[in-house]
Amino acid sequence: MTRSTDRGASQDAPRGERPTRRRFWNLARRDSLTGYLFIAPQLVGVLVFVLVPVGLAIYYSLNDWNIFSGELQFVGGENYAALLDDPQLPAVLGATAIFSSGVVVLNIALGLSLAILLNRRFRGVTLFRTLFFSPVVVSVVAWTLVWGFLLQDNGGINGLLAQIGVVGPNWLQEGPTAMIAVVVTQVIRSVGINMVLFLSALQGVPRELHEAARIDGAGNAAIFTRITLPLISPTVLLTAIITIVGALQAFAQIAVLTEGGPGLSTTVLVYYVFQQAFDFNDIGYGSTLALMLLTFVLLLTVLQWQLRRKWVFYED
Amino acid sequence: MNTAKKLVGLAALATTLAVVATGCSAEPAAPAQTTAAPGSVDLRMTVWTSNEDQLALFGSIADAYKADHPEIGTITFDSLPFADYNTTLTTQIAGGNSPDLAWMGDLSKDLIDSGALVPLTETLQGTPGWNYDDLLDSATAQFTADDQLYAYPFSNSPFALYVNNDLLAQAGQTLDTADLSWDQVSAIGSAVNAATGKGGFVVRDFDYSAWNTLATVWTGWGASAWSEDGTTCTFDSDEMVDAFQFLHDAIYVDKSMPGPGTKADFFAGDSAFTIAQVSRASLLDGSFDVDVYPLPTGPAGSYSVLGQAGVGVLKSSAHTQEATEFLAFLTDPENAALLAQYFPPPRESLLTGEKLAENNTKLTAEQLQTVVVDQLPGAVTLPNHTSPAEIAQKGKTALDAMWTPDADVKTVLTSVCTAIEPLLAN
Repeated sequence: MTRSTDRGASQDAPRGERPTRRRFWNLARRDSLTGYLFIAPQLVGVLVFVLVPVGLAIYYSLNDWNIFSGELQFVGGENYAALLDDPQLPAVLGATAIFSSGVVVLNIALGLSLAILLNRRFRGVTLFRTLFFSPVVVSVVAWTLVWGFLLQDNGGINGLLAQIGVVGPNWLQEGPTAMIAVVVTQVIRSVGINMVLFLSALQGVPRELHEAARIDGAGNAAIFTRITLPLISPTVLLTAIITIVGALQAFAQIAVLTEGGPGLSTTVLVYYVFQQAFDFNDIGYGSTLALMLLTFVLLLTVLQWQLRRKWVFYED
Repeated sequence: MNTAKKLVGLAALATTLAVVATGCSAEPAAPAQTTAAPGSVDLRMTVWTSNEDQLALFGSIADAYKADHPEIGTITFDSLPFADYNTTLTTQIAGGNSPDLAWMGDLSKDLIDSGALVPLTETLQGTPGWNYDDLLDSATAQFTADDQLYAYPFSNSPFALYVNNDLLAQAGQTLDTADLSWDQVSAIGSAVNAATGKGGFVVRDFDYSAWNTLATVWTGWGASAWSEDGTTCTFDSDEMVDAFQFLHDAIYVDKSMPGPGTKADFFAGDSAFTIAQVSRASLLDGSFDVDVYPLPTGPAGSYSVLGQAGVGVLKSSAHTQEATEFLAFLTDPENAALLAQYFPPPRESLLTGEKLAENNTKLTAEQLQTVVVDQLPGAVTLPNHTSPAEIAQKGKTALDAMWTPDADVKTVLTSVCTAIEPLLAN
């Protein structure tokens, strides 16, 4: 019925003029569809592996789940209230803050220093770049296991120290040295990524700017702080974000090296979440802690994006 | 009409007699047989062994069962890593991928408490020739609740003292086996350490983390982790303080026990003594001369400690009846004798040194009689409680403070009680 009416209408149009039919799949719509099709696989991935688990975590955090009997009991905000009553949580948050700060500061400082050192032309520079980057491609667990043996009381590190007459500490059994050990192990393994990012950024700094500054009488320190650092500040922001997020997600290093000990000195939040959910089978409280961690990561990332206006220059 | 009345009366009488006969019978009725279609039942049992010989034995028992049970399609023995066994099993249960049967150690209390296991007593008692009364009470206690057995304790391996005679000879030491005490073990361990640099005594699997294994020591002082009903922490008792003082001195004063962070594997020849389960004798490779003795005596006298593993049927299984019937077959007297070559059985009829030695290539009949058979009846088990992982972690966190040279033993043990008491009360 409609089709015949349309046909009739087009027949009424003046001869020589094409009817002005509105095509649904116009150029704009087709472009949009193409865009959506391109991002669809990623969207499906985010939906299945991020949004659904986050939704489930919220659901589980409102329930008490007895895994063995399969009973799920709605408890409302009980798990959230338990955060305030958990006597171990302050120590866990403290360990998380120390570990994350240590990893971020050391990683960025070391990554930038290595990048500056290796941003020169000298024989064997490629070898050194490969050498510093290679731990990144090593399995975390394998890397940590080897370090675990080296850091034993009678292990390789203390053996080397003994060669020069130094009695090394029992690295993994004493609170402060255990934290130092897990931070350094993590930094050495992951610093290669930041080094490569900084190296790429440094190579993008125009040489003529350095030359101009030098002609104006600027020293190395002034050139670095006034020219180089501002120009690579977008990369500093990027590395800061990925390093903080990476540090907050560190798990295998802790699980293999220290199991969170001695005491709670190296029990970071992710490891604590794992313990609660999978060792103690308290899925509800574990989910609540995981949501707290998610909130921390989101807040830190938003904060860094806000702060970029103050310390990131030449942002597109 | 009369005939009909008579028939109804006869049926009623027969039913009454049947009910009375069942009630009075000494032997429970045989368990109902499965009605599943041929090949329709696939069973999966999670285990933590990866020993090929042990898995082959389980496989051969399963094949024999399948030959007589056409309803069985496959029986799979799913070997999970020991270190993550509990976590993996609970994750499988939570994910709806529960095995039909599972080995269990310290998770058994939680599983029983949650009603996650199928009660076995009726099926086992009703299986012809199974001989339920053959089970030792000391072996079934950990897996029993309300007079129901929920897991068959297939492995009952007492802890024993392994001695590396070569290391003792190297250090010029002789063990007086007539008076085998902890003091003597520590003194010889200290001498071996001083003479050879090797470790003195090592409590296997403790590794300054799994503190429940220290029950193999503190029981000799008459101490226990908590009261018999499991509600009160007794870590701060005088006996426990003395036991931990002994361990602390052994580490930091006598140097007879390797300190935290020091690897020393007895079976690789790294220490003079180790406390380990008898089943660990399978790790001996003949590279040094070894003797095995019951645990040394402590101030409270002689004692024995038992490490157990059970196998049960999960209620979440889709084939609980078939799984229970297979469990009855797997653990009947004939198959229990086969399993005994690897796992000390809970059956009194199989517990003689000579019987155990028939399939054991590592230890002699005399050794097996002394360290297994004679120890089992009076043995206590390692500490076991509901929420085992949480108690273990909180206890370890508090106990970490013990492993420094200047630790105050009493204070640390009091802090252990503070940490675990709320969990014991649950």
